[in-house]
Amino acid sequence: MTANKRYFRRLSGYYAWFCVCFAGFLLALTVLEKEGMPRLWIGHLFMFATIVLYATIGVVSRTSNVTEYYVAGRRVPALFNGMATAADWISAASFISLAGGLYLYGFDALAYIMGWTGGYCLVALLIAPYLRKFGQYTIPDYLAARYGGGAGGRGGPVRALAVGATIIVSFIYVVAQIYAVGLIASRFTGVDFSVGIFLGLASILVCSFLGGMRGITWTQVAQYIIILVAFLIPTMWLSAKHADNPLPQVAYGSVLPKLAQREEQLAADPREEAVRAQFRRQADDYAARLAALPGSWEQGRLEAQRRLDTARLRNASLGDVRNAERALAAYPKTVDDADALWRAQRARLLARAQPPQPHAAPFPGATEAESNARRNNFLALVFCLMFGTAALPHILMRSYTTPSVHAARGSVFWTLFFILLIYLSIPALAVLAKYDIYTSLVGSDFRSLPTWISYWANVDKVNPLISITDINGDGLVQLAEIAIDGDVLVLATPEIGGLPYVISGLVAAGGLAAALSTADGLLLAISNALSHDVYYKIVDPGASTQKRVTISKLLLLAVAFIAAYAASQKPADILSLVGAAFSLAASTLFAPLVLGVFWKRANHAGAIAGMIVGFLTCLYYMLRTNPILGGRMDAAWFDIAPMSAGIFGVPAGIAAVVIVSLLTAPPGRASNGLVDYIRAPE
Amino acid sequence: MPPESAPSQDSDLRRQRRLLAERALHWRRTRRLTAILMGLWLLTGFCTVYFARELAQITIFGWPLSFYMAAQGASLVCLAIIGFYAWRMRQLDAAYTRAMEESA
Repeated sequence: MTANKRYFRRLSGYYAWFCVCFAGFLLALTVLEKEGMPRLWIGHLFMFATIVLYATIGVVSRTSNVTEYYVAGRRVPALFNGMATAADWISAASFISLAGGLYLYGFDALAYIMGWTGGYCLVALLIAPYLRKFGQYTIPDYLAARYGGGAGGRGGPVRALAVGATIIVSFIYVVAQIYAVGLIASRFTGVDFSVGIFLGLASILVCSFLGGMRGITWTQVAQYIIILVAFLIPTMWLSAKHADNPLPQVAYGSVLPKLAQREEQLAADPREEAVRAQFRRQADDYAARLAALPGSWEQGRLEAQRRLDTARLRNASLGDVRNAERALAAYPKTVDDADALWRAQRARLLARAQPPQPHAAPFPGATEAESNARRNNFLALVFCLMFGTAALPHILMRSYTTPSVHAARGSVFWTLFFILLIYLSIPALAVLAKYDIYTSLVGSDFRSLPTWISYWANVDKVNPLISITDINGDGLVQLAEIAIDGDVLVLATPEIGGLPYVISGLVAAGGLAAALSTADGLLLAISNALSHDVYYKIVDPGASTQKRVTISKLLLLAVAFIAAYAASQKPADILSLVGAAFSLAASTLFAPLVLGVFWKRANHAGAIAGMIVGFLTCLYYMLRTNPILGGRMDAAWFDIAPMSAGIFGVPAGIAAVVIVSLLTAPPGRASNGLVDYIRAPE
Repeated sequence: MPPESAPSQDSDLRRQRRLLAERALHWRRTRRLTAILMGLWLLTGFCTVYFARELAQITIFGWPLSFYMAAQGASLVCLAIIGFYAWRMRQLDAAYTRAMEESA
């Protein structure tokens, strides 16, 4: 006990030092910025300083011991394990995109807040303590031991299925994280997207390659501290500015009614209405062209060609000729292309023609049925995210790293505590930033736009993060004239609030830390599944411990490069697939994990059936309804979006486990004994 | 069988039975606690969303109640549930250990 306490105190000392150095680093940069250091340098410094920091921690905690490599020696104190799991959990999506989602979609996006926190109840009450009591290395380990079956009763088939699910789910997720690393690096340091990916990859690798679970745990604690500071400083600043109270979680209640008032005002403003009418007209234009297909496509092509010819003939400026050439090159190649493109354009214009929706109103809808559909989708999404949380291998794996079952329970508490420090301020940030933009940007003069707008508008030229055009030509900014990408909100918050650029660099470092920490955990989950479950348990059970760790490190390297390659191909819809990862994880793994503890009668055949049926149901629904995968939303059941396919997959998986288990012979005495053992207190 | 070993075997058996009974009691209590807390969790999560439109009429400190619950309330209830569970399970485990020591 005293050894544990001494260890805890030593760790606290290290991290206290780390905080002091970090604060000193920030102060030094602030001074340097005042002295006139260019912005680009600040971005570079943040990026390289943090990457060097993570790599150093990785080198310091390098190990080739099996228990250290897979489960950090099972001695991470609950508080630090909670912090590391929180960093593991807070992905690029929650750090960068969630506040933007709330800004754009209001109440609907709260489903993410509820889902991503509520799932920890399931983890704490149904899974984590029992996994810790079982005390092996991976999730498939537990499922194979509990359900047995296969050759020699070692649970080969169950293990193989669980490994497959772990890899599919984690791989989708890790590609999205590496993609985010590339985006942040290229936006803040001006390096090429793929260079950014490989820079990030280098730091992930040094850390997890050398130190395994031990390395990433201590890195993630440092990363959590950076994430927290990076998120709270700008949010607290905005909160003090608009609500005279630096605690955003408490203060934004007073801004919410003011925001609602402003929204009403803007919805009724005649100048706003004029802009919206313009969008409606353009949308009607597209509707007319869509109705006249294929003739309108042919006509449009000739028109574009003619414009280019006249521009060339009358010796127009090079810019005009270029524009005409570009317009012709971008013109849809076939009638089908034109149909899809124009439909999308029309939908986009119609969306912009809508008056602003009240931020805090739940499920606004024209009709009762529409409103109910939104409520049901909200519920389904919350359900999938919660059950997905309780089935993500890289989070569950964390229950193995604590010293005891008590500590495993405490660790989940601290995890949620540290997640909430950030998650409770995300809705606050969205409201505060929205109020700021609605009051100070809307109605201002086009000639005096703040500098951050032109900066962020030029960062990504293909898909501008923010664009403001004077559509009705009155020289004033109207709300309807602002097109904003959700991602820019967190990245630009420091500048919206008028903070120095150092804080912007800090926010970028925070986003990078969020993406890197999650990627670390996921890569380790994948390589452990491959090396421990496939290689050691199935291919070569006689392998020495040294060989197992070496194989694991090599596999980690291979997986990391495949994931980086996949991310560098810029898979356009990867972010929507992250939601799918939650549904797939929930449908496949939740039922066998929980029923394995709480229902002794669940057996080998039931577990296999549950995993297969859950996975296939979920996949089938996604293929059926997701337009990206070739489905159609018309085919949806109860109007549920494809991302929430888990709402059908989880019950199907549970039903399959129950039915098939009852139809086949009860499990043997070994399995009963194991369940008794994991249920019993230490 | 020598007559001296009979009582010790008997007490062994009794200890074994006692252990099983204590384990079963501990598991029943754990299960009940889990069921109650899961019920509470379901109630906060589900009701907040299902009745959001009705709850939006009520305002506390500037927040419409449904917005507050979805943004902060439900998550905080969750944290409380996990904290209470960890604390209560520690008590149950201690009770089990005490009972086992008494019987030993």
